[in-house]
Amino acid sequence: MATMAQAIRLALHHAEREMGVRDIFGQDVGPPLGGVFGVTQGLETAWNTPLDERGIIGTAMGLAMAGQKPICEIQFVDYIFNSIDLMKLAGNSAWNSAGQFPMQMVLMSPTGSGIHGSIYHSHSFEAWAARLNGWKVVMPSDPITAYGLMLAAVEDPNPVLYLIPKALMRVEGKELLPEEPDKKTLKAMIDAPLGDRGEWKPRWPAIPRFITPIGQAHVVRGGEHVSIVSFGRMLWVCLKAAETLQQEGISAEVIDLRSIIPYDWKTISKSILKTGRVMFVNEDTDIVNYGEHLLRRTIDAHFYDLKARPRVLGGEPVPGIGLAETLEDASVPQSGTVVQAARDMMEENT
Amino acid sequence: MDRALRLQFHDLMVKTRALELRMIAMVRSGDGYFWIGGPGEEAVNVALGLQVRKGEGIDYDYLLLHYRNTGMLMAMGIPLIDPIRLMRSTATDPFTRGRSFSGHYAYKPFNILPVTSPIGTQFGVAPGLALAQKRAGSKGVTIVIGGDAGAAEPDFASGLIWATRPGRELPILFLITDNSLGISTRKDQVWAMEHISDRAKPFGIPTRVIDGNDPEASHAALGEALETVRRTGRPYMIDAKVSRLYGHSSSSGTNLEPGEDPIARYEKKLVDEGIATPGELKAVHERYHAEALAALEQVRLEPFPAPHTLYDHTFVPSPVDLVYGERYFNPNRGD
Repeated sequence: MATMAQAIRLALHHAEREMGVRDIFGQDVGPPLGGVFGVTQGLETAWNTPLDERGIIGTAMGLAMAGQKPICEIQFVDYIFNSIDLMKLAGNSAWNSAGQFPMQMVLMSPTGSGIHGSIYHSHSFEAWAARLNGWKVVMPSDPITAYGLMLAAVEDPNPVLYLIPKALMRVEGKELLPEEPDKKTLKAMIDAPLGDRGEWKPRWPAIPRFITPIGQAHVVRGGEHVSIVSFGRMLWVCLKAAETLQQEGISAEVIDLRSIIPYDWKTISKSILKTGRVMFVNEDTDIVNYGEHLLRRTIDAHFYDLKARPRVLGGEPVPGIGLAETLEDASVPQSGTVVQAARDMMEENT
Repeated sequence: MDRALRLQFHDLMVKTRALELRMIAMVRSGDGYFWIGGPGEEAVNVALGLQVRKGEGIDYDYLLLHYRNTGMLMAMGIPLIDPIRLMRSTATDPFTRGRSFSGHYAYKPFNILPVTSPIGTQFGVAPGLALAQKRAGSKGVTIVIGGDAGAAEPDFASGLIWATRPGRELPILFLITDNSLGISTRKDQVWAMEHISDRAKPFGIPTRVIDGNDPEASHAALGEALETVRRTGRPYMIDAKVSRLYGHSSSSGTNLEPGEDPIARYEKKLVDEGIATPGELKAVHERYHAEALAALEQVRLEPFPAPHTLYDHTFVPSPVDLVYGERYFNPNRGD
């Protein structure tokens, strides 16, 4: 089974071969490294940039306005903050020019905790990103979705922020990519060797078009008693919690949102109507958290349908993620947190 | 220099000034909210606008303008009435449809990219446009304009670095319009150097300091710079010293401030050299002041944007988006 890093690499190669992408760039994105997580190894259009986030995003904006389809990378999303005003400009270009200058570009960046990355390699960005009107924001939780969402992001004629849960980069999927070779063969074909890569060239397998639409959630696990809506790495935390809850007789429905802006309200709403209980789980700091918007919409649309107070489980509102495992674990929701929240909801009577 | 061209410089400079003064008056008469523009920069603006390879798409020059470049638009043939529409925020404003400030143009038929209020950001965008041009074998160049104050933004350094990566140099004309002021902060309170263009020298970028109040000298220098960039595919920087005659914007009162007036100076030259009489030059002023006033009177009859157009163009329709694929809406206002 492909890892998420491999799946994204395959999608990027499809994009450069079949979709007109001519620039995949960022710090250390080109050879010899091919990205600090290996996502861009062997790509034909990958190139290295100066260590300059503003230059990376600015250049992508220029390429986009010239009708190219740039894909740029900010090495860790923690480094994106010095460019947030450029993202605002990218998001308002079409609106500000009354449609004259759309900004078709993809900005990808690893996000979130889970690798003991300390203060500058662990933070989340989706709450900030969700406020950058004009951008779409997606985050996969497994390789096949990573593949499909990347192709959708490239095809979408708007700026798309593609957040990659870095802790899942090396995690294999449970579902094969289209025409995916076996694990060993795939690795031999597209993973760069350690050491000297001067002569190395990838051998690309067939990479068919496969789109995961933007704005389409996935009900990963059906359930009757409580709806758990999450994305990225936290989805797996929620699935683990659902296993525990099942043993206690609590049936949890787990939804992978996949697309943060826009989001699939129909799927969320349908689930709430079924269970009457909902929690929104992510690892971004909870003051102020994207899940709070979903909670607000839940109140607006389903106040009288709820059997229990809806919840948002987010990260602790502290300025960084601590390096010590105890601190990192205490900073973001754990499966036990999710389990306890579900138990509490089941005991409530409204 | 050709007499007709010299008279054209004057004509366009006066046209621009009349337009700017009319827009300043619009703030005072309640016909617009905020004015920002370029009285005092007409000479270098006109000189550049006449030499732009204008058109739409990668084969033409891309323009990342300052908000003081109305003179360029006049030289490129954009109707005088259109900046007034922008100033009054009407639905007929062809640049932003009532969404942005005066001087903040966006005009696809001439590759004028949306002007950003934080002007310096555009230095970091220029490399992307120029990279696309160079790769396509285009004869177009990317022209990016910023002031001495905006050059303190980090994107100015980004532009220099990205334009000169070894073996990957880019066809960018950097134009610094140095009026020695950033709103109220003097240049000598900020910069340790006399010329901003000195910053480009360590990058191997050819630089030239010019008198931006002289349309003829500006025309010659800019022409040479553009030709060099087109021929070499490498960057060039012009550092034009200009005036700022009516303050930073309407926020600072728009009163006439001390400074050399490039139009008055050029008129003296034209008269001294027998190119035109004072009466002929005065008639040009009268004609354009009347035209600007008539344009305003027409624009006053034109509608403002309908509220329902607010969401238009937030997103481009997308075949792979199941929610905002066809239209954008506010999810907080019902399902």
